[in-house]
Amino acid sequence: MDLKSHKADFPIFKNLPGLVYLDSTATSLKPRFTTDKLMEYYTQYSANVFRGVYKISEKATEEYEETRKVVAEFINAKRIEEVIFTRSTTESLNLVAYSMGRKIINEGDEVVTSVMEHHSNFVTWQQLALENGATFKVIDVTDEGYLNLGLDSGQVIIPLGTGMTLNLDNIITKKTKILALTYLSNVLGTINPLKEIIQAAKKINPKLIVVIDAAQAIPHMKVDVQDLGADFLSFSSHKMLGPTGVGVLWGKYELLDEMFPFNYGGEMIQEVYIDKTIFKHPPHKFEAGTPHIAGVIALKEAVRYLERIGMDKIRQHEKEMVDYTLKKFQITFGKKIRVLGPKEVKDRGGIVSFTFGNYHAHDIAQILDEENICIRAGHHCAMPLHQRLGISASARASFYLYNSFEDVDKLVRGLKKVENTLK
Amino acid sequence: MSIYQEIILEHYKNPHNFGTIKDPTKKTSVSNPLCGDEIEMEIVFKKNKVSEIMFKGQGCAISQASASILTDFASGKSKDDLKKLDKNFMTKLLGIELGPNRIKCALLPLEALHKLI
Ligand SMILES: Cc1ncc(COP(=O)(O)O)c(C=O)c1O
Repeated sequence: MDLKSHKADFPIFKNLPGLVYLDSTATSLKPRFTTDKLMEYYTQYSANVFRGVYKISEKATEEYEETRKVVAEFINAKRIEEVIFTRSTTESLNLVAYSMGRKIINEGDEVVTSVMEHHSNFVTWQQLALENGATFKVIDVTDEGYLNLGLDSGQVIIPLGTGMTLNLDNIITKKTKILALTYLSNVLGTINPLKEIIQAAKKINPKLIVVIDAAQAIPHMKVDVQDLGADFLSFSSHKMLGPTGVGVLWGKYELLDEMFPFNYGGEMIQEVYIDKTIFKHPPHKFEAGTPHIAGVIALKEAVRYLERIGMDKIRQHEKEMVDYTLKKFQITFGKKIRVLGPKEVKDRGGIVSFTFGNYHAHDIAQILDEENICIRAGHHCAMPLHQRLGISASARASFYLYNSFEDVDKLVRGLKKVENTLK
Repeated sequence: MSIYQEIILEHYKNPHNFGTIKDPTKKTSVSNPLCGDEIEMEIVFKKNKVSEIMFKGQGCAISQASASILTDFASGKSKDDLKKLDKNFMTKLLGIELGPNRIKCALLPLEALHKLI
């Protein structure tokens, strides 16, 4: 991977030359292609979309819709209309809970998620279940950080890509209406074998709706929504080199078409009368009001940039980063560092969460900040997971295409300083 | 300036007034679930003045050092004196500049103390 040239694409490194940014899981840095495109919209055709019959409005609309096409191709959606722009992953997930969940969940039904979820893919379903008298089921994790799918052997590790069939009889039943899972845990780094899980789950209940939180997967690995077999999939622009304030919801067209709208208002209607309203079809049915036009337009430049580099290359680079980090941690700190999540690099994304001696994560992060190293400290919006692991907080370093082994070396030096300061 | 000044680290590593009291007048516990800091504090008043104060807890260096330094300060003070203590006072007492996130750690022991008076 030609790191040097990639790094040069990110203006922040010119402005802050010493920056060691290890928090791309929270949000990614932005390449100039993204920021240039934002400026282009605001300075050259900053009109509203779908409204004007004048040239710059048409240009804005064209650029906006072009992003839908680019994103649809990026995730291999069957139809461009299956891509809906929201504010964030969080909003995408809430949209599904509101527009689909409200429609299908009744008393006695089951909603299933896992303990490794980000709060946005946990609280949303917990509350949907609570409000409707449904049962809320939570899949546990093993101590190694894999989903505990209760395989017979007692050995619950499901290696990726083995194509093995799972038995989910203890988890999914005919009453399960929704299964919501993360593709890649933002704490453990675990990549879940979703294709196998979805196949097994839909075998038990073909009507099951599967909702995927792909906030950490889409920016870092190749995702093919048709191959995966899910019904809905959510992600955020800001974690994949795009602007903040834009999210994507992908959903199967037939489902999108039959579910309730989300927000009511302008752009989402076809005809309005005193006594009734006829809504547009997807995607516009779900995009009421003026969207984040500049953000959506610029998102495609981020996607194009990722495609130019290649998702497989990015994935490979992050694997190497994690491998290097785990080895360095082991050699330098031994048992003093406890890394959360799978030991196998191939089963995890570019995320290394850890505890370090009995030093508090906030002290670790703060002392690293004195060295211009940015890591995350806390529960990373995954309190149930931290409770399950028996810790109140962890420190997290995460990688993207602009990180190098040198960043890891600096992190290790920083951690030595933490040790020297606090011991 | 680093917030991990000598005095903070000293109190973090060897906290004063750390432990429990046999017959406290009052005891309380406070926590910050966001970062997992916890402080238990016990106190004995004699004639409205603090005659003994102890704490136990776990969490970051700032919360623990702050508890140690604050309990030192509180010994012998009257309830009225202690009621007046606020965020500005704590910043001065600790002698460090804390950002909006870490100030919460420093204020946790004060929250415990206020619950005791
Ligand atoms: C796995 C996962 N899901 C959901 C989210 C929420 O994303 P957003 O804050 O962009 O809605 C995050 C971001 O932290 C995440 O890591």
